[in-house]
Amino acid sequence: MSNISRDDVANLAKLARIDLSEDELAGLAKELSVILDAVARVQEVAGEDVPPTSHPLPLVNVFREDVVRPSLTPQEALSGAPEQEEQRFKVPQILGEE
Amino acid sequence: MINKSAVEMAEALNKGEITSVELTKAHLNQISEVDGQVHAFLHVDTQGALDQASQVDAKRSAGEKLSALAGVPLALKDVLVQKGIPTTCGSKMLEGWRPPYDSTVVRKLKENGIVILGKTNMDEFAMGSSTENSAYGPTKNPWDLTRIPGGSGGGSSASLASFQAPLAIGTDTGGSIRQPAAVTGTVGVKPTYGGVSRYGLVAFSSSLDQAGPCARTVLDAAYLHEAIAGHDPLDSTSINASVPAVVAAAKNGNIKGMKIGVIKELQGDGYQAGVLKLFNESLDILASLGAEIVEVSCKYFDYALAAYYLIAPSECSSNLARFDAMRYGIRSGQGSAEEVMNATRQIGFGREVKRRIILGTYALSSGYYDAYYGSAQKVRTLISRDFESAFKLADVLVSPTAPTTAFKIGEKSNDPIAMYLNDIATIPTNLAGIGGMSLPSGLAAEDGLPAGFQIMAPAMKDDLMYKVGAALEAKLNTKWQGPILNSAPKLGAK
Repeated sequence: MSNISRDDVANLAKLARIDLSEDELAGLAKELSVILDAVARVQEVAGEDVPPTSHPLPLVNVFREDVVRPSLTPQEALSGAPEQEEQRFKVPQILGEE
Repeated sequence: MINKSAVEMAEALNKGEITSVELTKAHLNQISEVDGQVHAFLHVDTQGALDQASQVDAKRSAGEKLSALAGVPLALKDVLVQKGIPTTCGSKMLEGWRPPYDSTVVRKLKENGIVILGKTNMDEFAMGSSTENSAYGPTKNPWDLTRIPGGSGGGSSASLASFQAPLAIGTDTGGSIRQPAAVTGTVGVKPTYGGVSRYGLVAFSSSLDQAGPCARTVLDAAYLHEAIAGHDPLDSTSINASVPAVVAAAKNGNIKGMKIGVIKELQGDGYQAGVLKLFNESLDILASLGAEIVEVSCKYFDYALAAYYLIAPSECSSNLARFDAMRYGIRSGQGSAEEVMNATRQIGFGREVKRRIILGTYALSSGYYDAYYGSAQKVRTLISRDFESAFKLADVLVSPTAPTTAFKIGEKSNDPIAMYLNDIATIPTNLAGIGGMSLPSGLAAEDGLPAGFQIMAPAMKDDLMYKVGAALEAKLNTKWQGPILNSAPKLGAK
């Protein structure tokens, strides 16, 4: 029986960068425990001898020629920006004060 | 004219019986008549569609050679970007966003002269099986407006079933093209993974996502499939090989001597009796056409759903990190970048998206990675091996598409596990990367609602599904004295 606590969810939410309300934290803790119980059965058959599949196609690396090709103009790239300044994305402060 | 197939519409356009502008107007008119009830569309691009249509008409008048579906209208799932047209993915996060570029699918639609009417509703970021997870309200099933149209591509399937569009584009990560097709009496195809470019398809689970055609007939789906498929240098996971000859296969429909494998594990408990009865009747039809029906066992399919609900949330928790309130989409909150990010993602994402991001974050976190995500990847190998063995015994594999007909709106929205069970028969193909098609098998005896017949083919042999699908469809249409949608209730202002 998986037992995911409110604090576990709060920690996951912090890692995933989502604020969650107390209601959401409590609700998700309960739901996640149920879902994890249901999905944990993958462990029953995942033997040492079974190789993992990360992707359906057996591709390794796909390269292209390093040549200039048409791309978005700065105006186009910035067209959806919440804020912009001097042809750049304007973002809130990222680094803390020294 | 709006009740005709896309191929019939294309013929009428070629003969000059109707113009693309007239045909487009007829569909725009139907949208204003019925979409208040159905809510299939999130955005209708009236002017853009008419402009595109008149360009096709001008080319036709000038005697230019046009592609097969030129001038026929289409509904586009709101997860594919179209330059300048609002693209929300059914999420508040992208409200008001207008993409600065076309997805490859959209580029190909435009090159083929296919007229894009607008963007269709979906579960937020394609996570769901009912379209109830859209931030913009649910889509209703045209067969019964109190029921779900399937999901995540419920807007696309409902637009076809209510004659608002003869063609639509869907995307299928765990069944989001096929299950909506099944519950609305329409046709939906998930091509082989890599068969259609993912460039400009807003990513949910990159190793599973695949765009594909939705239509009302197998042949219409085949023409649309050929229009959008093919190698694309902008998607490094797109397959560099020629597109399977699906139109020829749909026109051929000769299945004499073909081996059709019934998957033992995809029937029985949990499947509605009426759905199974229709499935077995379809098998009888295929046998009467000279196919050999064999039973195959795929014993690891019992673990497919569990593997999927670890792999898809894990990939989504990574993919949806891009919605950071910095470059596009909404921004909310005050303070540092991290605080703004946290606040924006709280109001921008709905409940199911948050649930999956948190679940995926857990499955990928250190200490749990091997037990959950790692084990799920191993199950993926076992599922692929099951398919490989089964395809040694049969040319194609078949099952019911979804275990039940359309359920009531609200019926399962508080029970994630019950909701996830809808995808039990469609998920294995996504995990293995092979193709799958759903076409109508009839109306279930219990409730008179449509059920779907699923056909699965080995990778890059998509043509086989079209061959079998066309053969079955022809016989069923004879039995029903016309397409199944002729029996759907009439909608519209009365």
